[in-house]
Amino acid sequence: MKALKLTIAVLVFAACGGADAGDTEAGDETLSGMVTIDGSSTVFPISEAMAEEFQIAQDGAVRVTVGISGTGGGFKKFCGGETDISDASRSIKDSELELCRENGIEPIELNVAWDGLTVVRNPANDWATCMTVDELKRIWQPGSTITSWNQVRDSWPDEEIVLYGPDTDSGTFDYFTEAIAGESGASRDDYTASADDNVLVVGVTGDAPSLGYFGFAYYEESSDRLESVAVDNGNGCVSPTRQTIEDGSYAPLSRPMFIYVKEQSLQRPEVAAFVRFYLENAPVLVPEVGYVPLGGSAYTDALASLPGLAD
Amino acid sequence: MSVSLPGAGQERFRPRLARRHRTGRIFRYLCLASIAFSVAVLIALLVDVAVDGLRWLSLDFLTRYPSRIPARAGIKSAILGSLWMMGLTAAMSFPLGVGAAIYLEEYSKKNRLTGLIQTNIANLAGVPSIVYGILGLAIFVRYLGFGRSVLAGAATLALLVLPVVIISAQEAIRAVPTSLREAAYGVGATRWQTVRHHVLPVAMPGILTGMILSLSRAIGETAPLIMIGALTFIAFPPTSPMDPFTVLPIQIFNWTAKPQAEFHELAAGAIIVLLVVLLLMNASAIVMRNRYRARRDQ
Repeated sequence: MKALKLTIAVLVFAACGGADAGDTEAGDETLSGMVTIDGSSTVFPISEAMAEEFQIAQDGAVRVTVGISGTGGGFKKFCGGETDISDASRSIKDSELELCRENGIEPIELNVAWDGLTVVRNPANDWATCMTVDELKRIWQPGSTITSWNQVRDSWPDEEIVLYGPDTDSGTFDYFTEAIAGESGASRDDYTASADDNVLVVGVTGDAPSLGYFGFAYYEESSDRLESVAVDNGNGCVSPTRQTIEDGSYAPLSRPMFIYVKEQSLQRPEVAAFVRFYLENAPVLVPEVGYVPLGGSAYTDALASLPGLAD
Repeated sequence: MSVSLPGAGQERFRPRLARRHRTGRIFRYLCLASIAFSVAVLIALLVDVAVDGLRWLSLDFLTRYPSRIPARAGIKSAILGSLWMMGLTAAMSFPLGVGAAIYLEEYSKKNRLTGLIQTNIANLAGVPSIVYGILGLAIFVRYLGFGRSVLAGAATLALLVLPVVIISAQEAIRAVPTSLREAAYGVGATRWQTVRHHVLPVAMPGILTGMILSLSRAIGETAPLIMIGALTFIAFPPTSPMDPFTVLPIQIFNWTAKPQAEFHELAAGAIIVLLVVLLLMNASAIVMRNRYRARRDQ
C-alpha cells in the first residue's frame, strides 16, 4: 500500500511538474497552471464571474476552479492546503486561523464586496413589512417558542410562522446569528435549513406565512416572487437596496464579502495575476452579479497592500 | 366411494361465465392502468424537460464552457468530464469485475465462504451511492492522495458499479453451456485455455451488455461525486486523470441551484443531452445482445 501511495505521489508530482514546465519568469505573457478556489456559496457568483473572465482573458492558459462548500467547509480545505483562495461571507474565525497556521498557511484577507443579508417574506404576507432587530431575535434565537405571527406583534394575525434559512456550514448563517442573536451560531434549529439558496427561495415562495433570509443577490434575482422585510435597528425601517447597503444604513445586516488568499500561493505568477484581475475588475463584475462594490479607492489600496503585487 | 353422476356434477358447476369474464376484464384494465400511469409520468417528465430545454439545444451549447451569462453557457467541460469519467470507470471496473466473476464461476469451489462472498456482492449492489462517495472521499481523495480528480471520481464510480458488473458477468458466464467446457477439456485444454478460448468469447456479449448498463447507471450519478468535491465551476476540459472535473449531472445540479430561470432551462437542455447519451448507451447494449443471439442461433 505504501509503495502504491508513493508511486501515485510521484505520478502526481510528475503531472504538476509537467504543468509548471510552461512557466516563464517573464511577466504575465505566458502564464499557466491552475488556481483553485472553494468556499462560500454567497461569494461564489463573484469568484465564478472572475474565473470565467480571467480564463477568457488568458485564452484558457490558466485554469481556475471555483467550488461551493460553504465558508466553513472552504476554510477546512484552505487550511488543509487544498486550495489557493477561499471564498468567505464572514471573517475567518480564530479557530480556523489557528488551524491554518498549524499547517503553515498564512491567509491574506481581501474585502471584495458588500452584501445585504436580506430577510424575505411571501408577498401574501402583507403585515411583516418592517421588523425590529429585537423581533427578529425573538423569532430566531435558540429555544425560541414563537410559532405564530401574533406572538411577535399583537396586531399580526394568528398564523403559523414557517422559517427558512441557510444551514450551519454557511457564512450567512454565522453572520445572521451574530448580528441578530448576538452570538455566532446561536439559532433555533427547528427551521428548514438548506445550503442551496434556491431551495429557500422556492420554500418562501410556496409558503404564505413564511419568513427566510439569504444574500441580497438571490433576493434581487427573485424579487418578482418575494418581498424583503425592512429592518429597524432603532433608526427607523430601512429596506435593503444597493444604496443602503453601500452607505451602511442597512444595519446590522450589511456585511463584507471576503476572499482569503494563501500567502505562499501569491508567489505563483498565475495566482498573483488572478488576484490582480479580481481586484481590478471588481468594480464592474461585482455589481453585475448582484453585489455592492466597495467605494472609493478601496480596491486599488488593497492591491497596493499585497506583497509583490504593488505597481 | 362416490361416483359423481354427470347430472349432479353439472348442477354443482356454475359457470358464472359473465362474472369470470368481468373479473378478467377488470384485471386487464388494472394492468393497463399501471402501464399507463408509468408511461404518463415518463411522458410528463420528458415533455416538461423538452419544453424548457429544447430551445437551448444547439451546437454552441455542446461546444461552449459554462458561464454566468445563460446565453454564453454550454456543457463542453461537463460532456468531456463525463466521457473521461466513463472511460476510466470502465477501464477499472471491467478487469476487476470480469476477473472476479470468472473466479467465482470457473475456479472457486461452492462452499460457505464463496456463498458469503456471493451474498455480500448482491448486498453491495443495493448500498446507497452516497456511501460510496464517503468511502471514495476517505480512501481515494484523502488517503491515496488522488485529490479531487477525475481519477478519484472514476475509482469511486468503479467501486459503485463493480457489484453489478460482477453479477451480470457471472450470469453471462453461467449461461455458457457446460458441454462447451467439457468438449474443451475432452481435447486436453487446460482450465485457462478453456476459459480464454471458449467460455469468454461466448460470454463476452453478455458481459459487455452488463458493463454498458452499469455505466449507464454511473453516468447519471451525482451524489458520490458531489461528496468527493466535484461541485465546482470548471470551464476547461480535463487533460489528465489528475485534473479536477465536472460531469453532466453535476452541471445540471449546479444550474438548478441558480436563481435565474434561464439556468433552469439550461439545466433542462443538459438533461436532454444526458438522456440522449443514456439512450445511445442502452441501445448499443441491445444491439450487442441481439447480435449475440443471432450468432448463437445460426
